[in-house]
Amino acid sequence: MAKFSLEQVNDMYFDVLKELGNIGAGNATTAISNMLNLKVDMKVPKVQFLDFQELPTAISAEEETVAGIYLEVENDIGGSMMFLLKMESAHYLVNRLMGRPDDYMEPFNEMDLSALKEIGNIISGSYLSALSTITNLIITASVPYLAIDMAAAILSVPAIQFGQYGDKALLIATEFGDDITIEGFFILMPDIDSYDKILASLGVAL
Amino acid sequence: MATIKVGMADLKVCKAPDMVTTLGLGSCIGIAMYDPVLKIGGLAHIMLPDSTQMRNHSNIAKFADTGIEELVKQITRAGANKRRLVAKIAGGAKMFEVSGASAIGNVGLRNAQASKAKLKQLGIPLLAEDTGLNYGRTVELYPATGEFYIKAVGKKLKII
Repeated sequence: MAKFSLEQVNDMYFDVLKELGNIGAGNATTAISNMLNLKVDMKVPKVQFLDFQELPTAISAEEETVAGIYLEVENDIGGSMMFLLKMESAHYLVNRLMGRPDDYMEPFNEMDLSALKEIGNIISGSYLSALSTITNLIITASVPYLAIDMAAAILSVPAIQFGQYGDKALLIATEFGDDITIEGFFILMPDIDSYDKILASLGVAL
Repeated sequence: MATIKVGMADLKVCKAPDMVTTLGLGSCIGIAMYDPVLKIGGLAHIMLPDSTQMRNHSNIAKFADTGIEELVKQITRAGANKRRLVAKIAGGAKMFEVSGASAIGNVGLRNAQASKAKLKQLGIPLLAEDTGLNYGRTVELYPATGEFYIKAVGKKLKII
């Protein structure tokens, strides 16, 4: 039986989770800037500890269309993670990757969607590899799955994951860019036993 | 006419001409229920199929079984006749085409099944449903007519 519960997060655990989020998001940002050859300034990511009911409105209004990339996390820890982008940011990144002008806003075609999936894959992969390095745990990810839909509908997936264990959720918001600011959001959803493993690997006793 | 908003793991009751809505249902289910004579309705936004499978089930509106029971309780408390209650449901999408039979991959389907089973157990007829597939839905219940509006990105308004 897992000892950890998101209800019991005290300041120290929260700091640990926050720091993992920072490092992961930092690594992911570097990956994007390399991929797209962008000069990237990154702000310190904001780690929010929310009631799961707040998730649907945490990144935008409920009905605003956003892009969500979902991966299952496997090996030493189990669970899943999600990377979300506002549509403006998603278009900007895809345009960069496809060599189009920044203001091109036509709906995504098949090619664009697979480019977006790949962006999500690289970002999430670098996030997880940072987590793997720090914890010394083997962490791998499934292929990426993409959905473009209402924010609340996409966020129902992590809300349900967190909802199984308690009433809290962890959201990491990151902003980066030079001329255009890209807003991305990470949600890491380890299954409940994996929290113990992550914290234990960092020498945080429960 | 007032618009009453239901959040995630939440439920609300209203009387015509007011309407009750929940925005962006994904794998969750919106359970609309009303008394067609008195025009009293309610909407529950449940997230998980079964409270008995969970350690933490203090939030009764989170689960299909306890959420539907509570919805019936609150609608009848508002004056509706339990024997006249009818239901419509929407949501339960599979937002990501996750391969294999992971628990999260089919939670939408399980939510829909659990909701229907609970309605059946309580003897409340299910008049219509719009569940499954892979997109989010905003729903609105108008107790004045019993119409249940379903809105989705890039799709025409559907009324069931």
